[in-house]
Amino acid sequence: MSVSRAPAAATKSESFPLLKGNEGDAALTDHLLASLWSTPRAWWLLFALSSLGTLLLLATVTYTVVRGIGTWGNNIPVAWAFGITNFVWWIGIGHAGTFISAFLLLLNQRWRGSINRVAEAMTIFALVNAGLFPVLHLGRPWFFYWLIPYPATMNVWPNFKSALPWDVAAVSTYFTVSLLFWYLGLVPDLASARDRAPTRTRRLIYGIFAMGWRGSGFQWQRYRIAYVLLAGLATPLVISVHSVVSLDFSITQLPGWHSTIFPPYFVVGAIYSGLAMVLILLIPLRRALNLYDVITRKHLDAIAKLMLTMGLILTYSYVMETFMAWYSANTAERYTYLVSRPFGPYAVTYWIMTLLNVVSPQLFWMRRLRTNTVALFLISGGILVGMWMERFIIIVTSLNRDFLTSSWHTYFPTWVDWGLLAGSVGFFGFLFLLFVRWVPSVAISEVKELRQQQAPARLAGDHDA
Amino acid sequence: MHDQTLTPGVYMAEFSSAAELNSAVRVLSGHGYTLLETYSPVPLTPGIPRRRSRLPIVVFIAGLLGGAASYAIQWYANVYSYPLDIGGRPAHAVPAFLIATFEGTVLCASLAAFVGLFVVARLTRPWNPVFEIDGFERATIDRYWLAVNPADKLTVPDPTPGDLRRLSPLRIVRLETQS
Repeated sequence: MSVSRAPAAATKSESFPLLKGNEGDAALTDHLLASLWSTPRAWWLLFALSSLGTLLLLATVTYTVVRGIGTWGNNIPVAWAFGITNFVWWIGIGHAGTFISAFLLLLNQRWRGSINRVAEAMTIFALVNAGLFPVLHLGRPWFFYWLIPYPATMNVWPNFKSALPWDVAAVSTYFTVSLLFWYLGLVPDLASARDRAPTRTRRLIYGIFAMGWRGSGFQWQRYRIAYVLLAGLATPLVISVHSVVSLDFSITQLPGWHSTIFPPYFVVGAIYSGLAMVLILLIPLRRALNLYDVITRKHLDAIAKLMLTMGLILTYSYVMETFMAWYSANTAERYTYLVSRPFGPYAVTYWIMTLLNVVSPQLFWMRRLRTNTVALFLISGGILVGMWMERFIIIVTSLNRDFLTSSWHTYFPTWVDWGLLAGSVGFFGFLFLLFVRWVPSVAISEVKELRQQQAPARLAGDHDA
Repeated sequence: MHDQTLTPGVYMAEFSSAAELNSAVRVLSGHGYTLLETYSPVPLTPGIPRRRSRLPIVVFIAGLLGGAASYAIQWYANVYSYPLDIGGRPAHAVPAFLIATFEGTVLCASLAAFVGLFVVARLTRPWNPVFEIDGFERATIDRYWLAVNPADKLTVPDPTPGDLRRLSPLRIVRLETQS
């Protein structure tokens, strides 16, 4: 509910103002557009670094395509390893963007207004990376279009009873809807950029992308309807995409994968890792662009609380899947969950994962740490690593101990595996830096509207800030 | 209702706040003006009452069609054109087909919402006569504009600029450019 309607005797956490500062709308707009017109030196430094990462990705992708996926460490029985781990990890990160922009919009959570743009951009760039891995893993990635039902002269079709076409449908829909939603949200801000552009060329470029937006009452009213409709359509995608991804695992009969808990367990883990990535991006961005008035402690506090909630649900899922393995009395299930994972060849990864995903978010019970940017940054980074390890554990430990001990095989990644992972992180940073440089990274019109709505409350809140 | 207001001769008045624009709309509507349009950097509430949008029903129908088409494609591919017998499982596997059906529904509905908005809100024309007004750039930053069509003069006794001037806007501009 709107903060402006909060009673005078607000609870302790509501004493953080949602928005600060009293600059006028013009000054606020210029402040939020400033990153479009100038390039700080730190940006070039980070851009150079992420460009190196992008080159690494290009090199490893080229090497994989030329030599084949034999350059990766996976082999029977560990047929899925880094590739699918990276896919699930990236796609999970994307989920927080849609969660923040669509889910929280429908729930009328006003604090999303300052951070939804960054979160949505994160979703799109994470999905770009995610899509790369299954396509490469096809072995002959240039035939990826065989997954799409088109009338081929070969007269064969994708098998829609298999999980792979489900993934194609889910991920491509998710990417398209995220992109539409992001662009739609951008239109009024692109018009602001057009109307504030310092040179004619920039004015033309932003003018083309603003599509002639002039903020008429009619446009705003229809725009709002379309925006809420898209939010309503994107919301089930938050739940469905990672559910579909989890079906890749749970429809198989492999101990460690064959479980009905997987869809909600995956969705929660996805939002959890995505919120961590949102903080990793927001904390430096807030500092670099001086967004302290727009992205306040209230936002950090709210994200940290959400992460704590997701961490607790995830912990419950870990406990329940282990309990169910024991309760099933199935030898293979019990072996996977009670012996192989905690004490097998990947035990170190398993325990680090538990420490990062289960123990570290408990620090967010402390209000002081929920607003401490250093603590938030470090814990979020840990959770991102922990969530990557979780997917690795699920995939590799379920495969490496086959039903016959003669087939057991310990997986080790090759340099190509590591290069693809590091390169995709670099490419993500590359895209995000371009986004920060070219596009308003805060939803300016939403922030202005929010400021108007809560003007009296904000002035009152400034006293205890 | 929106672009009809932009015939040459339309009066445009600039205000410095949403509250002033809202009260101007209220006053002029009270005088019987019907061809009004507002321009604001943030959505204006309450603003001018509008007819119900048809966009939701378009989106709903597009969603239904998308879902039906997705199911039909799967049925054609896996049941009719090239059925695969894997372990004797039925070719027509309803639960397995539901995932792509759901995705097709959401995809088509979303595309309809997006494209539909661009059509109904005329968002594909980068230029508009109002852009010729010097200083109208601030309509997306911090200024609030009201467009009054002189055709309304026929229905009300007082000529438009007088009614507008009484609202004490920052300034009044007459739009000369043809849309």
